[in-house]
Amino acid sequence: MSWSDQIGFPLLSVITFLPLAGVVLILLVGRGKPVVYKVISLIVTLAAFALSAWMLFAFKTKLPGMQFAENISWIKPLNIRYGMGVDGIAALLVFLTTLLGVIVIIASWNYVKDRELGFFVSLLLLQVGMVGVFCATDLFLFYVFWEAMLIPMYFIIGVWGGPRRIYAAIKFFLFTLIGSLLMLLAIIAVVYYVKDSSGALTFDIQALSKVVYSYHLQFWAFLAFFVAFAIKVPMFPVHTWLPDAHVEAPTAGSVILAGVLLKMGGYGMLRFCLPFFPDAAVTFVPWVVGLSVVAIVYGALVSLMQKDLKKLVAYSSVSHMGFVTAGIFAGIALVGNAAGIEGAILVMLSHGFLTGALFLMVGFIYERTHTRLIADMGSLAKPMPIAAGFLLFFAFGSLGLPGLSGFVGEFLSLFGVFEYSRWMAAVAALGVILAAAYLLWMFQRTMFNDRGDDEVKPSFALKDLGLREIVSLLPLVVFVIWMGVYPQTFLEFLHVPVQVILHRVTPSLNDTSAGIGALAQLVDSVRGLF
Amino acid sequence: MEGTGYMKIAVALIPLLPLLGFIVTLLFGKRWGKHAHIFPVAMVTISAVLSVYGFEWAFRHQEETFVWNAFTWIAAGQFTVPWGFQVDTLTGVMLLVVGVIGMLVHYYSIGYMHGDEGYYRFFAYLNLFMFAMFVLILADSYLLLFLGWEGVGLCSYLLISFWFRKKSASQAGKKAFIVNRVGDFGFTLAMFAIFVATGTLQFTGVFEAAEKGEIAPSLMTWICLLLFTGAIGKSAQFPLHVWLPDAMEGPTPVSALIHAATMVNAGVYMVARSYPLFIQSDTAMTVVMVVGIFTSIFAAYIAITQNDIKKVIAYSTISSLGLMFVALGAGAWVAGIFYLFAHGFFKGLMFLCSGSVIHAMGGEQDMRKMGGLRKKIPITFWTMLIGALSMVGVIPFAGFWAKDEILGATFIDGYYLVWAVGLLIVLLTGIYVFRLIFLTFFGENRSDAEVQAHIHESPPVMTVPLILLSIPALGLGLLVGVPPESGWLHGFLEPVFFDLEHEPFTWIGEGGALMGVSLVLALVGIAIAWWLYMRQTDVPGRIAERVPWAYKASLNKVYMDDIYAVVPVGATLGFAGWLWTFVDAKIIDGAVNGIALLWGWIGDRLRPIQTGRVQNYALYVFGGMIALVVVLAWVWGS
Amino acid sequence: MNALYWWLLLSFLLFCIGAFGVLARRNVILVVMSLEIMLNAVNLALVATANFRAGAKGAGTLFALFIIVLAAAEVTVGLAIVIANYRNRRTVQTDTFDELKG
Repeated sequence: MSWSDQIGFPLLSVITFLPLAGVVLILLVGRGKPVVYKVISLIVTLAAFALSAWMLFAFKTKLPGMQFAENISWIKPLNIRYGMGVDGIAALLVFLTTLLGVIVIIASWNYVKDRELGFFVSLLLLQVGMVGVFCATDLFLFYVFWEAMLIPMYFIIGVWGGPRRIYAAIKFFLFTLIGSLLMLLAIIAVVYYVKDSSGALTFDIQALSKVVYSYHLQFWAFLAFFVAFAIKVPMFPVHTWLPDAHVEAPTAGSVILAGVLLKMGGYGMLRFCLPFFPDAAVTFVPWVVGLSVVAIVYGALVSLMQKDLKKLVAYSSVSHMGFVTAGIFAGIALVGNAAGIEGAILVMLSHGFLTGALFLMVGFIYERTHTRLIADMGSLAKPMPIAAGFLLFFAFGSLGLPGLSGFVGEFLSLFGVFEYSRWMAAVAALGVILAAAYLLWMFQRTMFNDRGDDEVKPSFALKDLGLREIVSLLPLVVFVIWMGVYPQTFLEFLHVPVQVILHRVTPSLNDTSAGIGALAQLVDSVRGLF
Repeated sequence: MEGTGYMKIAVALIPLLPLLGFIVTLLFGKRWGKHAHIFPVAMVTISAVLSVYGFEWAFRHQEETFVWNAFTWIAAGQFTVPWGFQVDTLTGVMLLVVGVIGMLVHYYSIGYMHGDEGYYRFFAYLNLFMFAMFVLILADSYLLLFLGWEGVGLCSYLLISFWFRKKSASQAGKKAFIVNRVGDFGFTLAMFAIFVATGTLQFTGVFEAAEKGEIAPSLMTWICLLLFTGAIGKSAQFPLHVWLPDAMEGPTPVSALIHAATMVNAGVYMVARSYPLFIQSDTAMTVVMVVGIFTSIFAAYIAITQNDIKKVIAYSTISSLGLMFVALGAGAWVAGIFYLFAHGFFKGLMFLCSGSVIHAMGGEQDMRKMGGLRKKIPITFWTMLIGALSMVGVIPFAGFWAKDEILGATFIDGYYLVWAVGLLIVLLTGIYVFRLIFLTFFGENRSDAEVQAHIHESPPVMTVPLILLSIPALGLGLLVGVPPESGWLHGFLEPVFFDLEHEPFTWIGEGGALMGVSLVLALVGIAIAWWLYMRQTDVPGRIAERVPWAYKASLNKVYMDDIYAVVPVGATLGFAGWLWTFVDAKIIDGAVNGIALLWGWIGDRLRPIQTGRVQNYALYVFGGMIALVVVLAWVWGS
Repeated sequence: MNALYWWLLLSFLLFCIGAFGVLARRNVILVVMSLEIMLNAVNLALVATANFRAGAKGAGTLFALFIIVLAAAEVTVGLAIVIANYRNRRTVQTDTFDELKG
């Protein structure tokens, strides 16, 4: 029994649904009072953030299993329960979500000029969905949150987005929905497999992740789950919704999208793909790591060519998230390669801070220049030195400067890949060179000078970052440095859950041939269908 | 040994004070205006004093290594690295070089950067650099060394692009960082390989494992070569040397501190630090030596025709770094560090003097527009002459002893070809260094009258560091390097390079003869420079006309930049462009939009069925029912 | 060959005539009338079956009564729609009603 059961305070539910209270309040206030919406949103997100920070303090990192668990019956006939709880991985991601939740409210204070009510309501609803996804311990509840989160995001992109917002919103929605439907099928298959074999109908994730499934089911269910999460990550080659969505989304949407939504892919792999289907996961290791390495290099190369600042950051996300999937799957390829998985989770957190910050910066620059085209900028460091300083800081964090957060995660994840395959690690490490190339080139073309004439006068009369903007960036600066200098604070949360996953996966390493013949097995499995 | 309390405080403060200086100056420097230097300079001064204390500690405890693991940095799975620091004699030498030169360059910058609009920013960056450089040399693990390594790279980037509104400056900064990243690629992989082989990245553990033979020879060669790749990037060796000449876009104190005296030596330091690994791989040692000697002669060849005073010194730096690697590759480890030690002082001095010259000339860097400055800026002239003589290797200047030890080692170890090329380098060095001296300080001044009117000696805040630096440039060799092969420095560094064999140096005999040869060649080089640039000033032009290809190749830096613009850069960009416009937009997104279009197309084909007339629909219903009846009848019938 | 067969054949023929009318006539009034013929064909079949088959006695008559009621309601609604439509379009020709053409 965990702490919250004794106290009886449903901490996770409160964190999750606090923003919903904000929504109700905003709706009660009624139309036409934008300042009130902003203040209400800020207060509820701050409260959620404070509670999640407290949750991290109260979290016992040495204990296995879910903490702050809540579990009450929801839909009796199907034994679906309202189950909430977090392990170390989820706790950190909840924290990241609530932090970014506060930051985007501050950052969009003046950004949105029309239909503020809808915008802030959407942001708050989005946060409910995101936190819920990380907290749910019931598969059905998880799926509900997972789908519920799509709707506000769809509106944020589709209503407050750029000129091609409808195309981008529909693309985002369809990509994710295809994945979700596959996942739904797999969920049903898994639940009924358990019901048929043991007679007990349950949607409890913990219980389901202890069952031994037939290889045949594992193979297909893994693929279905994996595709759903791979789209979310996004992995090459299902990444093309991301740049469109990012370019069209308003700043707040981009920050949340990059900062939290992409993490759900990695989270899902850790929570479902590995513990539910260890044998299948081991089978697919070479393919997933290979695709991830491709994504790392591919994303970096394509970033290099971008003309739009936001698209550049978006493609760099593809590259960085490649480290996540590579680290996770290289981590299960060998016995006891925890460094890769822990590194992958650190990359997820660090990418949330850094890319969130980069999108904020792009938004702040856009609010001043009204262009995102790199070619239209140049020498901006002169009129906006503070902005240049922040952008430089986050760019260097993102390209993996040791001492900042990007490095620790990428180094560990690469190390995991290296233990699995030296050549793949060597190729992936090329991505680190390219990261320097595209980020510094971007920085030169926007903040420094790359024109032929020696002294270019900046073409805009620009104000530097204001206090509100600096305040929204400072927490990210703090965490980027903290995580770079003393990542133990975060790693301590990860040791136990990662060991739990590895414990589950390790037996699979012995009885499958570590997946060289995945294609052959695919053929066999297709035959098995008929 | 576990360090004592005072030493712990010193080791903690040495990097932390400049870091504090960086943060405080960045936040408040703008308000301090022209007093912005006071705080950062104070921080560095204390740091320098403490680093002298660190050296002194190493001096008192030559057989011991101070180790201090402050706290855990990364611990994930079986991977553990602490924030750990160590001081041994090699670190002691580096502390002295970095601390003292760093401090002097800070003082010099007060004068040099006076009135610049980014005054506070400059000192903030310099302080950050000192922090990173101290971390680099104090680190007790490869990973922490890498933190400093990348940190100095960051500062190098910031300081090269200091005048960021100049295109060439921002270009050069970016180039420096990216080229270095190519080297870091190797360094990173080397760290992985080391960890996989030994289970640690801390020097003590790695070296113990290496000495026990736990690393397979083939893997050892890979590790060493990958580490050396990192060194090639940082220490500007061929083929990754291209960033260093461009780095001269930065303010001159930066060139002196980062691109001559400290950061570029990091590669040499790292290879020397990895001595227990390298001595186990003959292949790697040979590669180090070959790359070193090739880079050295290559850079010397280019230096001869450069007209920018800083570019000449930059290429001479590349050449000198090459010699250091020759020393390491030939197994003359102490000689390599000795040269690094001496080079830090005399090359830093040369750069600061050239800065003083540029200052005097109102920003002019082209030597063809200088001349006759000897009388007008005498302190600069005399100190620079000391630096030049030291660099060329004239007895008894510091450079002579160091260079002679390297050449002697190559000869004694039987690398006669390397030795011969080394002598050629000595000759060329004599020529291009004194070409610089003669063009700058002798003859008539070739600049405009307006510029001439303003030529003045630099203020004391700049000249005093010059004088202070010229002392070690002159006397360091006599102090620590005599007699050759067994001077004080040898004994001092012996605990680090534990396996070295010693042969007593013979003044009369082989050693003396080798010394004589190199001294004569250096003097001949100076004489040739005198003859070409003071006497027969038309000869250089005639030579250029006789062998235009050789002249042009040298002038254009052997077209390395042009080659790089095509092969790695152009090819990468072309490939990336193809990936984006074709693979991403056409194939992947084409498939995505294609599927969407496919459904649209199918729907379009099905549209005519939907006539909108109810009777047609009714007909379909009837048709369907009849078909159903037929099918059911057939099924039940059979 | 009992009598029920002939009643059912008549019902079938009436149904086909009605169906043809529904599908082929262009005048809405005639379509509605044809629909009535179809319904009554079914009624005929139900009543005939009820008369000849002991087991279906009550049910067949009941169904027929339901259909009569339904048919009345249907005609009422149908004709009301026809009139409303006629007011807007001044025609009762079905081939002009293709607003929902895809």
